[in-house]
Amino acid sequence: MGSIFTFSILQSALELGCIYSLVALALFISFSILNIADLSTDGCFTLGCSVGAVVTIAGHPFLAFPAAMAAGVCSGFITAFLQTRMGVPSILAGIIVNTGLYTVNIAVMGFSSSVNLFGCDTLFGLAKDLSGAAWYGGWYKIVIVAAIVLIIGVILSWFLNTRLGLSIRATGDNEYMVRASSINPVFTITVGLCVANALTALSGAILAQYQKSCDINLGTGMVTIALASLIIGETIIGKGGMFKRVVGVILGSCLYRFIVAVALRMSVPAECLKLVSALIVAFAISFPYLKGKASFYRARRMPAGIGGGDGDDEC
Amino acid sequence: MLTLKKISKTFNPGTVNEKKALDRVSLELADGDFATIVGSNGAGKSTLFNAITGAFYVDEGQIILAGENITYVKEHVRSKVIGHLFQDPLKGTAPHMTIEENMALAYLRASTAAHAYFSRINGREKQMFREQLALLNMGLEDRMKQPVGLLSGGQRQALTLLMATMVTPRILLLDEHTAALDPATAEKVLALTRRIVAERRITCLMVTHNMHQALELGNRTLMMDGGNIVLDIQGEERENMTVDALLQKFRDQAGRQLDVDRILLSE
Repeated sequence: MGSIFTFSILQSALELGCIYSLVALALFISFSILNIADLSTDGCFTLGCSVGAVVTIAGHPFLAFPAAMAAGVCSGFITAFLQTRMGVPSILAGIIVNTGLYTVNIAVMGFSSSVNLFGCDTLFGLAKDLSGAAWYGGWYKIVIVAAIVLIIGVILSWFLNTRLGLSIRATGDNEYMVRASSINPVFTITVGLCVANALTALSGAILAQYQKSCDINLGTGMVTIALASLIIGETIIGKGGMFKRVVGVILGSCLYRFIVAVALRMSVPAECLKLVSALIVAFAISFPYLKGKASFYRARRMPAGIGGGDGDDEC
Repeated sequence: MLTLKKISKTFNPGTVNEKKALDRVSLELADGDFATIVGSNGAGKSTLFNAITGAFYVDEGQIILAGENITYVKEHVRSKVIGHLFQDPLKGTAPHMTIEENMALAYLRASTAAHAYFSRINGREKQMFREQLALLNMGLEDRMKQPVGLLSGGQRQALTLLMATMVTPRILLLDEHTAALDPATAEKVLALTRRIVAERRITCLMVTHNMHQALELGNRTLMMDGGNIVLDIQGEERENMTVDALLQKFRDQAGRQLDVDRILLSE
């Protein structure tokens, strides 16, 4: 087994884990906190990627990130607008926006299904030239993405404890309380989805510069992958304060990438990866439920008086 | 403080399910009034509260709170100055947020200016929350970092009351807020209600199904039936009113036999 856990696998799992953790954080906001399944994530990720790529090609490697985030905010705003002002059910709103984004993404890339960034200045390329130290050559990518994720994580956990952040959290937690306590759910849902989609798009833009290309199908299945990371993170960290949970989501994303890397190493064909992630998500979500079931059956099998149940009073 | 001018609300108009829930209700509450409301199920008590909080807009009439016409003001804007407690103790607090965060939300919502989106709770305010919680005598001041979902119904209702009155509301609406609690806890929450309302002189409307409470609490008793206020007593008339007499009125006004209600309502 020793050969599976090589250094380079760990390294690339960390790099990709950090990049994709921003999408997991976006779902943390929309799915865990606002209790909304935002299915526009796939399209929004590609949107961030394509906007980031195009701006980078135009010679602005740094401007690419705010530009991608702005595009993400627009996408999130439209999703929120549909569900809060137009009466579209939230899942449908996400699907509609996702469908529309396909055309938008192709248009952004100049009506082509992919672009590449070879020969362009990227954040990674510029950072590589900063130092000539021997260790730096292998680590600069991790240093950059980890720094970005750390900054985003700190800002996000700070934000979620401000008045606005608390209002957003209450919106997904108790609708009656929200109605009785001067929180405008239209506003909090809109802000929440805008922030979430900005993070998704930022993740896409970083990936564009990381792999120096952008493809129209890049985002397919992104919502499942991010959900897997999110649930792995919440399972290993458990309950706690906002910062702890944010860190958990980032760890979950890295762990997910590591699992995928190991799967690849064990010669699982790359085409099967989506199926692997679907299985991980299905297992991770059903795990707490199955655990509860298992303890029920264990209790029932015990002799009366020890387990407390006699088996007749189920459900 | 609160003036209702002939407000009406019909649900499902034009259908077989048409229901006139409020029928030209008028009410004048003076500053510091504490009125209890009794009435059988479907009399319009909760609908009256929902009309005041803005859960829906009334079909006709005007709602004036502290001199301001709020008939068409949005619900979340009104709730800055209206405290509302429900019968269900789970409705007033966010279960996955800690006690401290729930209180922070209640405190920040009305006390600060519109631009304070990014304001946070500081140490001094945490200390104030702790002191307020200590007054409940429920040991909650040592559990401020715990999620509210872990508290009992009574503790949650007491916390909700604290949150609703943390920034003194112009009017406090209590919709049978002790009905779902066990007798001892209900007594405790009621005592707390009485103290807070008296200390801050909060104008208050309280729905109850308990005739003793209806006569003993506050300074005014209202009875609702068929979407209207059919009885409004205060002062001497109220002091001379007995539970049996009130039940008799209840029966007379409703114009039907209320033996079942008698069992439910009297102690």
